[in-house]
Amino acid sequence: MNRGVSLWPPAASEYATAVDAIFIGLLVVSGAILLLVAMLLLVFCTRYRRGSSAPRGDLPEFIRRDVEIGWTAAALFLALFIFWWAASVQIHAGTPPPGALEIHVDAKQWMWKTRHPNGAREINALHVPRGEAVRLVMTSQDVIHSFFVPAFRLKQDVLPGRFTETWFRATQPGEYHLLCAEFCGTDHARMRGAVTVMEPEEYTRWAAAQPMELDLAAEGSALFTSLGCSGCHAAASSVHAPSLAGIYGRVIHLSDGRTVRADSAYIRDSILQPKRDVVAGYAPIMPTFAGLLDEGELQRLLAYIESLRAAERR
Amino acid sequence: MSGITAERAAPEAPPTREDTYLTAETGLASWLLSTDHKRIALLYMAGLTLFFFVGAAGAAAVRLELFTPEANILTADAYNRAFTLHGTIMVWFFLVPSIPVTLGNFLVPLMIGARDLAFPRLNLISWYVFMAAGALAIWSLVAGGVDTGWTFYTPLSTAFANGHVLTAAAAVFVAGFSTIATAVNFIATVHLLRAPGLTWFRLPLFVWAIYATSLVMVLATPVLSMVLLLVFAERAFGIPIFDPARGGDPLLFQHLFWFYSHPAVYIMILPAFGVMSEIITCFARRQIFGYTFMVYAIVWIAVVGFLVWGHHMFVSGQSTFANLAFSFLSFVVAVPSAIKVFNWTATLYRGQIVFDAPMIYALGFIGLFTIGGLTGLFLASIPVDVHVTDTYFVVAHFHYIMVGGAVSAFYGGLSFWWPKITGRLYPEGWARFAAVTMFFGFGFTFFPMFIMGFLGMPRRYQVYPPEFQVWHVLSSAGAVILAVAYLLPMGYLAWSLFRGRRADPNPWGATGLEWQTSSPPPKENFRTLPVVEEGPYLYHPEHAGPPALEREPHRPQGSQQ
Amino acid sequence: MSGAAAARHKPWRSLRREREAASFGTWIFIGSEAMFFAGALLGYAVYRTLWPEAFAEAGRETNLVYGTVNTALLLTSSLTMAVAAEGARARLRRLTLICLAATAVLGLAFLVVKGLEYREDIHKHLVPGPGFKLAGTPAAQIFFAFYWLATGVHALHLSIGIVIVGTLLVQAWRGASPLASPAFESAGLYWHFVDLVWIFLYPLLYLVGRS
Repeated sequence: MNRGVSLWPPAASEYATAVDAIFIGLLVVSGAILLLVAMLLLVFCTRYRRGSSAPRGDLPEFIRRDVEIGWTAAALFLALFIFWWAASVQIHAGTPPPGALEIHVDAKQWMWKTRHPNGAREINALHVPRGEAVRLVMTSQDVIHSFFVPAFRLKQDVLPGRFTETWFRATQPGEYHLLCAEFCGTDHARMRGAVTVMEPEEYTRWAAAQPMELDLAAEGSALFTSLGCSGCHAAASSVHAPSLAGIYGRVIHLSDGRTVRADSAYIRDSILQPKRDVVAGYAPIMPTFAGLLDEGELQRLLAYIESLRAAERR
Repeated sequence: MSGITAERAAPEAPPTREDTYLTAETGLASWLLSTDHKRIALLYMAGLTLFFFVGAAGAAAVRLELFTPEANILTADAYNRAFTLHGTIMVWFFLVPSIPVTLGNFLVPLMIGARDLAFPRLNLISWYVFMAAGALAIWSLVAGGVDTGWTFYTPLSTAFANGHVLTAAAAVFVAGFSTIATAVNFIATVHLLRAPGLTWFRLPLFVWAIYATSLVMVLATPVLSMVLLLVFAERAFGIPIFDPARGGDPLLFQHLFWFYSHPAVYIMILPAFGVMSEIITCFARRQIFGYTFMVYAIVWIAVVGFLVWGHHMFVSGQSTFANLAFSFLSFVVAVPSAIKVFNWTATLYRGQIVFDAPMIYALGFIGLFTIGGLTGLFLASIPVDVHVTDTYFVVAHFHYIMVGGAVSAFYGGLSFWWPKITGRLYPEGWARFAAVTMFFGFGFTFFPMFIMGFLGMPRRYQVYPPEFQVWHVLSSAGAVILAVAYLLPMGYLAWSLFRGRRADPNPWGATGLEWQTSSPPPKENFRTLPVVEEGPYLYHPEHAGPPALEREPHRPQGSQQ
Repeated sequence: MSGAAAARHKPWRSLRREREAASFGTWIFIGSEAMFFAGALLGYAVYRTLWPEAFAEAGRETNLVYGTVNTALLLTSSLTMAVAAEGARARLRRLTLICLAATAVLGLAFLVVKGLEYREDIHKHLVPGPGFKLAGTPAAQIFFAFYWLATGVHALHLSIGIVIVGTLLVQAWRGASPLASPAFESAGLYWHFVDLVWIFLYPLLYLVGRS
């Protein structure tokens, strides 16, 4: 990975370049302010040391009042400028482009488990193609962890009981540290791995060569039947239950008047806490599956329900 | 320079000396049952010194282990308990109380011309509660330790950690009572016991700082108490609060915890600001530049400090809107600190600067605090924070402020008021050497951490990728120098108690009311209560500069009637 | 009134100033207590927003009769406490003693009713954990987590208040503590605050889901 002593981490993602620009800008500004303060201290301490011949005497009124207001205003302006710059970068980088390669990440004490869309799985490792947007959908099985790839300037906490997401677009092939950045117990420091960035063709070859398993959505389809979901939600069912075709990403009207967008969290909650956000026009008769599913099964169901978008949308 | 020392020493012991608060009563009971704020300050000093060593032991274990990338000395669990010990003890049993309960307790009544705090018996009870809490904390250590980090994040602390979380949480909870009681005491004292003529805008900035700190203590600490209670209930009784499997939200813990813990860092630094203003004015022989702005800066920090807690949670899964709001407010709260740094610097302009030990500590403070504060701008910028949060960059940032700032100020304040507290002078040469050593030792220890944090070295890691070793070695070596700088003053200050020359009432020629009484003060502080006619820091006449040789201030703040 | 009277403790020089200080200090302390309970109320608010039906379902399990009786007891006790504090200020010894006693008795009655209520709650399996009554609604356990926590902490504060009132009663009866002492007003402020907390807790724990 790194040889010798380096002062700058590799910048291997699009975001990293923007972050580094802000960091360098801040270094310059901070350096200038520090230098200013240091120079003033040095000059004043020398010139006005006790007994020196420099003139003392009153401070002119403009120094007392205007200088004070002046540097307050300057500090405020500088602070707001840096805020605006940093906030713009963050807002711009906020959402992943549609069609990003979606990787599911499962964190547990003390390892990372990643799954590619075609079912390939890795432990403490992640292979990704260069130049493509990669979206990470992550959850934890126990405590809070944090997915940290310094070379990408990427970090996102991974929580139990919900999904958190982040995304990146890698720009440099190579192998980079993957670290856990939220203290998670005994082997927190050993919960490490490697993110490998490959050229797109290499990645495709690599993914195809992984041990084949049913992809997540197919497994989810099997679960959908075996758990009885299709008993109510299939088109032929006599039970009045909302159809799930094309549901992912759609705006849903709830019985209490609110509208929500059906994202991963909503679908997940509908499975575990069905009485919470009931769709308008339907009775709250869906049973809860809390305690009946583990995280892996939930992720498969999610993948299946999301895939219904492509297949059945009119 | 030695001429000045000779000026400050009292003539050899007069035939009969009046009783001071140290000699008024003797015997252990007279100390342990004393309601005299000055004696209680010394009781706290003893306790804090003990806890400082305990917390430092944790740091020593950590820095020793980190000399090499592999685990050599400690098991993984032992290491995790070591850094948890370090953080928990240093935050709650050293930094939060430090300046307020020692210097604040001793000086606030003297500075406002009162005979004691508003509630002297409550003051004594505060000390006992504090020591009991500390005993509980040490018990949790002896019994095997806690391994959650000082931040106690759920669900690790409630459901997965194996250490003595309950005992540690209880210790911090109990310590909170002591904090709140002390704060109530200070607030009432400043409101109700000021000497005649001492209006709010004539108060020394140290009193303003203690007052603002106390307001923050009173409003923030109870939220910590509640969140610790919730963690205790969940861990001890299985009651679900933060458990996601039963509908709980681990992020609620973080919000409640940081709602206290961010104002807590202002509790730790505001008193240091107060000490700075007292020292710099005295050793530059000038009025503070921009007194009114300095007061409003303290108030601005105290108020806005309650609104920025979410900047500890930028990658926690919080919404982008919340992130932006907290980022904005964090930038806003940086401005008053900048004002203070500029004003201290400007106070030196056209002064008659003397470089005694307190002044060297103060100059070191300005440098280290400026660096620490500027790196706060980095952390307030969300994209940068995403990269460096939970790395050594943050560790460096807060140590620059807490240690480079607050601890330097504490040592500086001790050096400044030592003659007043003990009636003794310490050897100048050693003191200046210690102050300079502290500045350089600190830099060696903590500057490499900025670099390795940006390179990607995470916090709370016992083992690490080998490319970080060079920075860790630098840091651990610096820690040795820093340790020397901390121990030296303990040595020569203790020596001064027995062999130091006796001090006269005002060895530094300072203006505050505390310097208008003997060193050490009598038990009742003043023979007759002073009346105040002036504002603070009148080292020189209104439209002139300070004289070079004259050591008496132009006008002390008040005089005993 | 008592302006010229000497203070009872240093550093105060007049009783009037000492009373002012005691009252001021108690108000600040109450401010900190308000923040303490605010933390719990915030947690409650967050979870009620997240799980409104679960909270409504759980809220219907609390005993409205016990809760309302307790509210009446506590409100009345605040009245008697206020009269006691004013009586002390006016040096009316008998009135003060009677009202302090009434306050303590009403406080104890509250605790007795609370004890009966807790016993019934345990009997009805309303303690969070395995065997919880509303097993199908996990978030209902969170409602009851706050129920037990908030009422328990409130009861603890009330007990401390009863001890304080009892101590003042005994001291005043024996004459060991003059009626002019600042303690009466401070105790009154504290008692009213404990009552105020209950006034917040009552609708949040007993009236949710019942409209």
